[in-house]
Amino acid sequence: MVRWLLSGDYPRGLALNLGIAAIVLALLFAPFLFPGTRALNTAATICIFIVLVASYDLLLGYTGIVSFAHTMFYGIGAYGVAILLQRYGASWGAVFAGLGFGLAVSVLLAFVIGLFSLRVKAIFFAMVTLAVASAFAILASQLSGLTGGEDGLTYRVPRMLTPAFRLMDEQLLGVTMNGRIIAYYLVFVVSAVAFLVMMRIVNSPFGRVLASIRENAFRAEALGVRTVVYRSLASCLAAGFATLAGALMALWLRYTGPDVTLSFTIMVDILLMVVIGGMGTMYGAIVGAAAFILAQNYLKDLMGHMAEATAGIPVLPDLLHPDRWLLWLGLLFILSVYFFPTGIVGRLRKSRQA
Amino acid sequence: MQGDAALATEGLTIRFGGHVAVNNVTCSFRPGTLTAIVGPNGAGKTTYFNLISGQLRASAGRVLLNGRDVTREGAAARTQAGIGRAFQLTNLFPELSVRENIRLAVQARHRRGLNLLSMAESHGDLIAEADGYLEAVSMAHRADATVALLPHGDQRKLEVGLLLALEPEVMMFDEPTAGMSVDEVPVILDLIARIRAEGKRTVLLVEHKMDVVRSLADRIVVLHNGYLVADGDPAEVIASPIVQEAYLGVGASQHV
Ligand SMILES: Nc1ncnc2c1ncn2[C@@H]1O[C@H](COP(=O)(O)OP(=O)(O)OP(=O)(O)O)[C@@H](O)[C@H]1O
Ligand SMILES: [Mg+2]
Repeated sequence: MVRWLLSGDYPRGLALNLGIAAIVLALLFAPFLFPGTRALNTAATICIFIVLVASYDLLLGYTGIVSFAHTMFYGIGAYGVAILLQRYGASWGAVFAGLGFGLAVSVLLAFVIGLFSLRVKAIFFAMVTLAVASAFAILASQLSGLTGGEDGLTYRVPRMLTPAFRLMDEQLLGVTMNGRIIAYYLVFVVSAVAFLVMMRIVNSPFGRVLASIRENAFRAEALGVRTVVYRSLASCLAAGFATLAGALMALWLRYTGPDVTLSFTIMVDILLMVVIGGMGTMYGAIVGAAAFILAQNYLKDLMGHMAEATAGIPVLPDLLHPDRWLLWLGLLFILSVYFFPTGIVGRLRKSRQA
Repeated sequence: MQGDAALATEGLTIRFGGHVAVNNVTCSFRPGTLTAIVGPNGAGKTTYFNLISGQLRASAGRVLLNGRDVTREGAAARTQAGIGRAFQLTNLFPELSVRENIRLAVQARHRRGLNLLSMAESHGDLIAEADGYLEAVSMAHRADATVALLPHGDQRKLEVGLLLALEPEVMMFDEPTAGMSVDEVPVILDLIARIRAEGKRTVLLVEHKMDVVRSLADRIVVLHNGYLVADGDPAEVIASPIVQEAYLGVGASQHV
């Protein structure tokens, strides 16, 4: 059963097994372990980013494709749901229509980009994705009638997912069972299923072909593999999962704007999460997303406390001022890449065998 | 004559800028025979292979597989059509295991690659087949090793194993034993001899060692500066003046 769910691909290594189990259990019981809006928001963001980062790993780590258009697909999912919810009101029909529409647009776009540019050099493909993503971001901010421009869209979600909705009157383990809890578990379950499906894909015959293309596309061709077909398909799949992640984010946040979906900063964050977690490992997405988003949300607080604690000492409080958090994150990133070039997961599992 | 050839090239030519690496080579290969292709370094042997198996596109001329023109098809399509190829410079999937390398070739032949939702491990038939080819190139004991960490000789054996796993109608070996140790060479040569004896495949073999060529080949083709300069029975070709001059004369001591 576990083998079937994980597609026979275990974390491998005691530290990794424990770490992954801890993160998954923490996310599973997050509403009860970490009550409070902010903590729940962090947990939901981690779930969604696990899907987003894993789908990017499908491209970068498994197939060896460098794309900068991943946030575009994420944005298409978010805007798809947001626009339909805003126009047609808070119904599940609008949610599913938005998701379906987003998926169709994303997969079509990914297919067209792939068809036109996957035959060329990797660097050229990366440039094309960058150009398309930039154009799309500009387009989204220009079409303000549809997208709300720079302000984005605020809308209502189905009532079942709102704080006003009560699942039961009593509290459970001291937590009010309102619609936000349902929303969280919706995010959790969909993310978990999406992650497991991606695990299956990378461990399928198809996934093995992707790995062979990453390793040596020239030889894969000589084995009779039409690499451009596989690469295009991988692009479409990754785009589809990114779209799903975007739709979840739109549902969770009840707001969609360029800064939370299309911005290049998010693209860089995704890249960092994949690299920190470990490319081509899938589990790296769990570790990378959890570590990065926790740091992003709590490093500032931690630094604030540390700055206070070191108040009397020269220089240190300045360095530890919460405004410097990006500096420290950058430093952490450089150190982690230097010491763990294969990411945290790659470091903790030994896969090469002589 | 061309009608019953398994593989044929007609006026095959490729130019790199001003340099013509393969020049108007017309040659056909009968099914079930082994043809040795010899010639000095830089003669165009590997380039000729690249043109046949589709790694390079010809500037002029045609490649025919069982009479069908495949000149416009890519490498993947030609492999699927039955032209298999082992490379002179080892060309593997370095970070994957030995078994996985072979399994990928078997999987490609069975066209199972578009299966997204089953576990690769559950396709036991592919793994079993792969293990058979590992046995054939005596690499079974290294099945789980990562290819990048293998000694060069083992990588060369795996290179041949990948070609076997494709079970192609046309098999092209490009200096398969180069860089192997003395005890590894017979493994590969015996294998090629067995393939020839079975008579089911059309084999093209680039090989510098004349004693090997003499014992294995049904026929020798000599390339020199991109031209086909001699073609015929091994003993005759080796004895012919043009070969003595073009190939065996210079640096013969290393090759013979
Ligand atoms: N892609 C390329 N671009 C330019 N020149 C090339 C290319 N490939 C091969 N050549 C040239 O074509 C000629 C033939 O090379 P080829 O590798 O086919 O020789 P070969 O007969 O296989 O030699 P060897 O015995 O050393 O393997 C050489 O002069 C080589 O430099
Ligand atoms: Mg050569």
